[in-house]
Amino acid sequence: MSGMDYVTLLLPEILLAAGGLAILILGLVWRGRSVYRPFCLLAILVSLGALGATVGMGSVAVALPQGILAVDPFTSFFRVLGLACAALVLLLALGHERLGAEFPGLLLFAVLGILLTAGGANLVMVYVGIELLSITSYVLAGLLREEPRSNEAAIKYFLYGAVAAAVMVYGFSFLLGLTGSLELTGIAEGLRAVSGTPAALRWVAVPAIVLMMVGFGFKVAAVPFHQWSPDVYEGAPTPVTAFLSVGPKAAGFAVMARVFLVALPALQVEWAALLAALAAVTMTVGNLAALWQTGMKRLLAYSSIAQAGYMLIGVASLQVGGGGSLAGDALVALLVYLAAYLLTNLGAFAVVISLEEATGTDAIESYTGLVHRAPWLAAALVFYFLSLVGIPPLACFLGKLFIFSAAIDARLYWLAAVGVVNSAISLAYYFRVVRLMFFEPEAGKEGAVRLPRNLSLAVAVTWVGTAGLVIVGTPVIAWASQSAVLLVR
Amino acid sequence: MDWPVLSIMLFTPLVGSVIVLALPKEKPALLKWVALAISFIPLILAALVWFSYDRGTGGMQFVERAAWISAINVHYYLGVDGISVPMVCLTALLTTLSLFYSFIIDQRPKEYFAFFLLLETAMLGVFMSLDFFLFYVFWELSLVPMYFLIGIWGGPRREYAAIKFFLYTLVGSVAMLLAVIAMYLETGSWDILEMARLQPFSTNLTLAAVAFWAVFLGFAIKVPVFPFHTWLPDAHVEAPTAGSVILAGILLKLGAYGMIRILLPIFPAMFRQFAPVVGILAAISIVYGALVAMSQWDLKKLIAYSSVNHMGYVMLGVTAAAAAAGSGPAAADSQAIALNGAVLQMWNHGIITGALFFLVGVIYERAHTRDLKAFGGLGAKVPTFAGILTVTTFASLGLPGLAGFVSEFLVFRGAFALIRPFAIVSSLGIVISAAYLLWKVIQHVLLGPLNERWARLTDMNRREVITLAPLIFFMVIFGLYPAPILDLINQAVVTIVGSL
Repeated sequence: MSGMDYVTLLLPEILLAAGGLAILILGLVWRGRSVYRPFCLLAILVSLGALGATVGMGSVAVALPQGILAVDPFTSFFRVLGLACAALVLLLALGHERLGAEFPGLLLFAVLGILLTAGGANLVMVYVGIELLSITSYVLAGLLREEPRSNEAAIKYFLYGAVAAAVMVYGFSFLLGLTGSLELTGIAEGLRAVSGTPAALRWVAVPAIVLMMVGFGFKVAAVPFHQWSPDVYEGAPTPVTAFLSVGPKAAGFAVMARVFLVALPALQVEWAALLAALAAVTMTVGNLAALWQTGMKRLLAYSSIAQAGYMLIGVASLQVGGGGSLAGDALVALLVYLAAYLLTNLGAFAVVISLEEATGTDAIESYTGLVHRAPWLAAALVFYFLSLVGIPPLACFLGKLFIFSAAIDARLYWLAAVGVVNSAISLAYYFRVVRLMFFEPEAGKEGAVRLPRNLSLAVAVTWVGTAGLVIVGTPVIAWASQSAVLLVR
Repeated sequence: MDWPVLSIMLFTPLVGSVIVLALPKEKPALLKWVALAISFIPLILAALVWFSYDRGTGGMQFVERAAWISAINVHYYLGVDGISVPMVCLTALLTTLSLFYSFIIDQRPKEYFAFFLLLETAMLGVFMSLDFFLFYVFWELSLVPMYFLIGIWGGPRREYAAIKFFLYTLVGSVAMLLAVIAMYLETGSWDILEMARLQPFSTNLTLAAVAFWAVFLGFAIKVPVFPFHTWLPDAHVEAPTAGSVILAGILLKLGAYGMIRILLPIFPAMFRQFAPVVGILAAISIVYGALVAMSQWDLKKLIAYSSVNHMGYVMLGVTAAAAAAGSGPAAADSQAIALNGAVLQMWNHGIITGALFFLVGVIYERAHTRDLKAFGGLGAKVPTFAGILTVTTFASLGLPGLAGFVSEFLVFRGAFALIRPFAIVSSLGIVISAAYLLWKVIQHVLLGPLNERWARLTDMNRREVITLAPLIFFMVIFGLYPAPILDLINQAVVTIVGSL
């Protein structure tokens, strides 16, 4: 394979890195000028360009030497997801001049981190991807330098993240010691070789899984590695919160699926049990804690913890298949859920940002009587909430349908039952907000909410996606099934 | 018919609700008339379907089937048979009447009428869908507008009642969803009729039992069957008048319809095995519902609990048919009679209780109280109201010659033959309901000395009389001559009984 081929294969990553660097350097050169909006628009263009490059590449499955990166349909899916997320978040942030000109550049690097994590076929690459994503995320969370809560968010996120990453790498070292390889396929082979000595698996490989899950669980905010998320979500600038609720989760689930399916198929029983337990606890804690929140961003933080719980059901239900590719319905389910969740959650944040810009607060009380001030915004938020609950025919319903099917197919009946009970619980807190928005008589103290053009576009896009995903159906499912193909060697 | 009559009927209200939302808020009269006019389209089409349904051939007619989400074998699949046609007609009729009655709504009329039309699409969709995915979409969709109707336009405890209604029903539906997913994984089809043919889990009885109870829970909460009824008094009492009419008249039927269309044909063996349990629940619903109704002093709450009692008869009929599932032609007659009675009872309860809730609305609009102790002697003061209330009450308690009698008679005729102990206990319910309807409703409201507070009470106006006239018509006509509707129902019922 020639160098040119690598350039083509890695074009999305190269574009992101070049775009991010250009924005950071130009930001230094043009210090003091108001370049925020142009930079955001440039970053959107870069994301869309990289998205175009990904789509234009079609279906490829190539492993780079030493398993640095696997460019397979699975990677392509997360490229599309990450880049779409970047474009939408930048669109949401267009009005937030206070974030500073480095914001779009940092965001592109964070998304690059997602792409590298999703494609990483070597634990070193996985680590580099996760750290690139994490470190940029810490900075993003603290971008409002003059606001103590933003600083607190960054520090908290950093401290938790550093510990989680260290524990995860410690887990990696177990696998390296046991199998002599950091490549995912090499680890799988190594495990096959030692499969004759169960003690090695039980005392080395299983602890490795537990340790790695600390890092992965931190990225997706799974309980008990979630404590950072409400504070960070609350303190971070809201567009960054929107990104954190989607991007790092996507990366975390990508890496879980790839590592477990490619490197650890021999230990499927063990990791599936661990993940099933995590899923049940994550959903339940997230949903119950969300019931008591008074701030919208904290509510969405706990809601997204719960959503991660549903997605963990998908990972727990992954079934190791035979043949050259590993594909299970559970993987399709996970991908469908991630796509639906991305559209819905970013939509909800678009509404939250509009309201925050108008009222200066994210208190749930400030949503009182919203239907009188901004009827379409209130209606849109109801749509996103209904989708998050899993009411058909909205996007996340399809995700939940797939996730629960996967669990039933994997005979995890109890987990599916915990999942649906949690869906019902979640209605209570989402609709606490709906009640305030719709049932309260006209407040009349605030005027109509003005919706800037960028936010109306974001709401329109996500709304169409949320409402249309199920109605269109087949192409989305087909795309997810084609993407559920992991390169094994 | 070579044009998609069901689809047009189904989506006209949805389009109408968008149109209503697009109309200017400053012209409430215009949007009320537009909403009413739109609701006439499904009503006329429903009547057309009623008359052009071919009773000779029977089965599913006006079928529309197209691939929807082919990746998971979901179809857009509509069709109606002798059980769904009456339900579709009931839905269209009660919606139009409710919209007409709701012209008094002054608070946020635009949203009100939009939600009402959206609700009509959801309800019609449930009765028409033959694909489980589609069925579930409409089933869940029906919760959303009703939540808002109760929560915005309801009584003092509306917010509590609205979320309780939504949560209770949602818990049942998600349980049902899991069972349905399992059934899909087993059969590879969402087709409701196909599932009945394939009989999922016929080899794994534990799974079959779990799936049966999960689906049962989904429908039983909606019906509602004791002990899942506690959402009902709150929702029915707090909902605005037209909302109560739709809740009692149609939304409860969604559950009963599911029992007959889905639970019974897909799980006949399980239903037979658990018929004693369901029979006990039905009997408790009947007797307990009647007793609790008798102890109420709030007229609306009394009628709400009477729904628990009357829907119990539907369950009794279904249970009777299920108890004899698989026992061959010997029991087929009694099964068919019981099931005919159950479906006819669904229709009658919709008409009669719909009318009762309208009448509660009529009196509450004027008196601003529903306290039975405060009334008395209204019979002479408001004769039209008194006449209509009397006829409706008599229909509700099952007086021969009025509609309620026919269906209750059929249910008990079937149940006595097949599940005699339950039928005997349940017959107590008839006595008690006669007692509370005569004692509380007729005597406390209409008879006795006139309470001077009501000296200036006005009789029903034209809008109210027009709303109630069609309902009275059906109570009388199907009480005297039920053949037109029973012929229709019987077709479908015999098919279902034959397949059990």
